[in-house]
Amino acid sequence: MKPVFMRYTKNDIINFIVLLVLGFLVIPNVIKSDYWYTSILIPWLCLTIAALGQNIVMGYTGQLSLGAAGFMCAGAYACYNLMLRIQDMPFLGALILSGLIAAGLGIIFGLPSLRIRGIYLMVATLASQFFIVWVVDKFGWFKNYDLSGATTFQKIDINGIPFHSGYMMYLLVAAIVVVITILAINMARGSTGRNWMAVRDMDIAAESMGVTLLKTKLQAFAINAFLCGIAGALYTYTYLKTVEPFAAFNISLSFKIMFMAIIGGLGTISGAFIGAAFILLFPVVLNAVGNNLFHGMIDATIISSIEQIVFGGLIITLMIFEPLGFAKLWETIKSKFRPKSQTS
Amino acid sequence: MTESILFFFEVLVGGLLSGTMYSLVALGFVLIYKASATFNFAQGAMVFFAVLSFVGFMEYGIPFAVAFVMTVFLMILVGMLTERLVLRPLMNQSEDTVLMATIGLGFVLEGLAQAKWGVEVRKLSLGIGDFPIPWIADNLKLFISALDLTAGAVALGMIVLLTLLFKYTKIGLGLRAVADDPGAASSIGIPLKHIMLLVWSAAGVVALVAGMMWGARAGVQFALIELALKALPVLIIGGFSSIPGAIVGGLLVGAVEKILEVYIGPFFKGGIEAWAPYMISILFLLYRPEGLFGEKIIRRV
Repeated sequence: MKPVFMRYTKNDIINFIVLLVLGFLVIPNVIKSDYWYTSILIPWLCLTIAALGQNIVMGYTGQLSLGAAGFMCAGAYACYNLMLRIQDMPFLGALILSGLIAAGLGIIFGLPSLRIRGIYLMVATLASQFFIVWVVDKFGWFKNYDLSGATTFQKIDINGIPFHSGYMMYLLVAAIVVVITILAINMARGSTGRNWMAVRDMDIAAESMGVTLLKTKLQAFAINAFLCGIAGALYTYTYLKTVEPFAAFNISLSFKIMFMAIIGGLGTISGAFIGAAFILLFPVVLNAVGNNLFHGMIDATIISSIEQIVFGGLIITLMIFEPLGFAKLWETIKSKFRPKSQTS
Repeated sequence: MTESILFFFEVLVGGLLSGTMYSLVALGFVLIYKASATFNFAQGAMVFFAVLSFVGFMEYGIPFAVAFVMTVFLMILVGMLTERLVLRPLMNQSEDTVLMATIGLGFVLEGLAQAKWGVEVRKLSLGIGDFPIPWIADNLKLFISALDLTAGAVALGMIVLLTLLFKYTKIGLGLRAVADDPGAASSIGIPLKHIMLLVWSAAGVVALVAGMMWGARAGVQFALIELALKALPVLIIGGFSSIPGAIVGGLLVGAVEKILEVYIGPFFKGGIEAWAPYMISILFLLYRPEGLFGEKIIRRV
């Protein structure tokens, strides 16, 4: 298919418009319950941003990383302190700055990736996870010396417009997601993305073709951390609101975000959306089924165990049968229904 | 003066002894890596799974020895299923793919263990005291418990056993051949499937022993998995393919994290133990990526 505008095909633009109409016209008019906004749509969109970052570093660049929650923590507390300590700090400005701060950390913790890969790199990124959360938790300054150990994040106001209700916060987060997704698609489809994928497929070969490993890998780590930082800030400001660093940004959040990237589809943008939706919604559905069909006869332990077994089993199954995840499965199903002549 | 030196030795010995616990977990990891060049991220989950099942069997009133044998068979079954369902379909896939699959395997094992046995913390009593032995405390002024000594002895016994197995038996030779080049090994008639099965079962038994030692010290609980994660920096420091490396790495991590925690921790409200091993492993990765005893990693296009 020929690109119509820059790197976009006609289908891309149609998809894009459909999603925009869905996100900004249909959902705000159809969904009235606050529960949907505050407990499902907002965390989904926030974690999608983090999953996008994880996908860039893991799916596009092929660097195993397990530190997403650490960078999210950095982003959240950077934003908190910027808002707290600088007078008249606009929220969006603070958000971008906190993403940049997280990106700086991402570069530092991405440095080992120049020499190592695979599980070695994963262990190195685990350091970022444990270290960043520890620093934020132990140095009272970050939490503004709150004696309770938890932090209550400020309410969001942009140009005097309050973004306090679930509905308004949803619109804000959705708009940010749109901007980030467009940027991510542009990077992934441009020379940046091609360099990432070259490094993923064979770094030594890529290097001999003139791709600078240093720049490419650190760029991927920086963008990953930038997105995780923004995701962390949005996640705390619009969803958690009150946070205790060790409890909110633990290793299992990092695992979850990694699973979103894997299950959704490594090396795809839409995979981040699908993966985040699946990981987030599956427990909700499972709980609902447990409560409504079996009327609480299944206790919570069993439900959370089933969740773990399904996630783990799904990862194994996907690794064996479809390493490109749900996004690829979706493509396959779509192409089955498409008239033969149109399949590209 | 002597007081502070004595205190330092106390901290050091305490650290070394807790380090043997990391070594025990790391051993199972090395075993699988040496024999199949697979990073088994699920080793920590296997430790948890094994010891939780063991304690669960004991709760049914099954005597210690029988429960032990039952758990060994259970772990062999887990090894068999893993080989059949996870590893065989992924035989010629990249390292990273297999690694991600073992992460999934870890989650499955954790979930299964919790679904069957629940989440509450359990006590495991091996009949070995976890209090300082009076004689050593009086004469050497070091507080070492019988459990510490047992863990040390078990770790030592396992290294000797595994080293002998890898170096001097035909099976060991086969294991090393498979790790080096599975294709070539199978073409000269080494039964790949049996080798894999053997290794995963052995790793399961090592996991059980490690879990029993951990469980007796800290209770059988989910937190074991996070402790077992520390076996990863241990492996990086010691070298993934070295059995002595797992032991030395474990001792080093145990000692350094304790010393940092005791001497520097108070300035930062503690908690250094949580990240120190990973930071040490980054230093190693920057200067000596193959670890203390590992083989040099050579990658070709």
